[in-house]
Amino acid sequence: MKKLYQKPSILKLHVGFMREKKSAARTLIRSEIDGIPVKTLVEKFGSPLFVFSEKRLRERFRYLKRLFESHYPRVEFSWSYKTNYLDAICRIFHQEGATAEVVSDFEYEKARRLGIPGEKIVFNGPYKPLEILERAVSEGARINADSLDEVLDLENLARKMGRRLKIGLRVNMDTGIYPRWDRFGFNLENGEVMQVARRIAAGGLLEVVGLHCHQGTFILEPGAYGQAAEKLVRLAGELENRFGWQIEYLDLGGGFPSRNRLKGIYLPPEVAVPSLAEYIEAIGRAMLSGLPPGNYPLLIMETGRALVDEAGFLLTTVRATKRLPDGRRAYILDAGVNLLFTAFWYHLKVEMEREIPGPPEPCVLYGPLCMNIDVVEESALLPPLPRNTHLILSPVGAYNVTQWMQFITYRPRVILITEDGRAEVIREAENLEDIVRKERVPEHLR
Amino acid sequence: MKISRLAISDEGFVFDPETGNSYTVNETGLFILQKLKEGLSPTAIVEAILEEYEVSPEEAERDVEEFLEGLRRFGLWRESHD
Repeated sequence: MKKLYQKPSILKLHVGFMREKKSAARTLIRSEIDGIPVKTLVEKFGSPLFVFSEKRLRERFRYLKRLFESHYPRVEFSWSYKTNYLDAICRIFHQEGATAEVVSDFEYEKARRLGIPGEKIVFNGPYKPLEILERAVSEGARINADSLDEVLDLENLARKMGRRLKIGLRVNMDTGIYPRWDRFGFNLENGEVMQVARRIAAGGLLEVVGLHCHQGTFILEPGAYGQAAEKLVRLAGELENRFGWQIEYLDLGGGFPSRNRLKGIYLPPEVAVPSLAEYIEAIGRAMLSGLPPGNYPLLIMETGRALVDEAGFLLTTVRATKRLPDGRRAYILDAGVNLLFTAFWYHLKVEMEREIPGPPEPCVLYGPLCMNIDVVEESALLPPLPRNTHLILSPVGAYNVTQWMQFITYRPRVILITEDGRAEVIREAENLEDIVRKERVPEHLR
Repeated sequence: MKISRLAISDEGFVFDPETGNSYTVNETGLFILQKLKEGLSPTAIVEAILEEYEVSPEEAERDVEEFLEGLRRFGLWRESHD
């Protein structure tokens, strides 16, 4: 009987870098996702492979909804399409009762194609092409105007349609956080909102029925939402009193963080990221204390990342191993920043599909692109990995399958593990035909 | 030769008296160091590993090469002298 093999390794000892041979890397094993072994998934569907868990998606949604409902009576979740607009993922959230939040013609059309009626669509974004704006207005979508030019477009549509249109206004404000996103909508503190409101009232073609505020992304300060809610409630009261409008909804946008580790933040996400309950409590308190009893406008939340990020995994495989000139070990994976847009700002969690013997050492994980920027992780602590080892990167459910690039190589399959434990393809891998289909070659080059 | 001057403990602690640097090696690394000390060639070491461990010849050969490259980088071993 031969002995179990470990890849040979030699590590230079540095003062301050003494660590036990049995390190925490042992805990970073994920052999299965929702009951299906990682190995089986890769054998059946290939590598790299995006995997989503239906169970996690639904559980997360229900948890968040329950939390909200215990703090405010009227809450609507509007699924942020840009975070992840795969049909299957959208359908899960729509089945759970989410409406659609879209920011472009493409997203609007995608939501309609999924059978979401216009009145269940929130239309945000700084540029809404006239054609799609007209369609959205005629189908009763909630339009949140971002600029005065858009207000003028909407007035023209009102004239054309011969009726008064209900719209929402996007508002930006100081909620005590940095960076302040002040490019969306009209500023509160400098009086811009009021000025636009006066202009709208004078025109007599539009009626403001909603206020929207999207403070930013991955906001780590729950109090900021409390402030935003408080200021929107106050603004709603002022608009109602001055112009006789009835504010039907307040939309606090998105921006809740997920349990991902932002670069530049030393603490692990379990410590650095406040629990969602803190955000919701701050919002609920500000709403209830600022509103007159009995007048509860609908609270819309466009939570994206916090719902989907942790339900997504990327399975990848070590395709080559090398030593860098500075002595660090490096691995070349079959998934790079072409698939993992979020690797630019997160330290993703790196897990192994099985326990691999050997002392952990700092290493670099590179993607397959022929580009210097293709670094998935600058410093992971892993035992010596044999070629063809599978790694699991997470959380990757938010923004990656929307911002991924077709660059240098093909985009891989995406699968969903259903609640009853089946693995279903929800997006096929790309092939050459998919990519060249839109190309045209002028006659003289044929 | 450098390798013969290294102090190597049974637990895989390696001390280089010439530079004062110390290193740790895992079980397989220790195995290779001991074989080098005994004067085995890289090819012979690969064979010794195959006899002792459950591993394919390709993987063993590649790993030995990489390990030796590591030793070379730390200034602990040079092929021409061993």
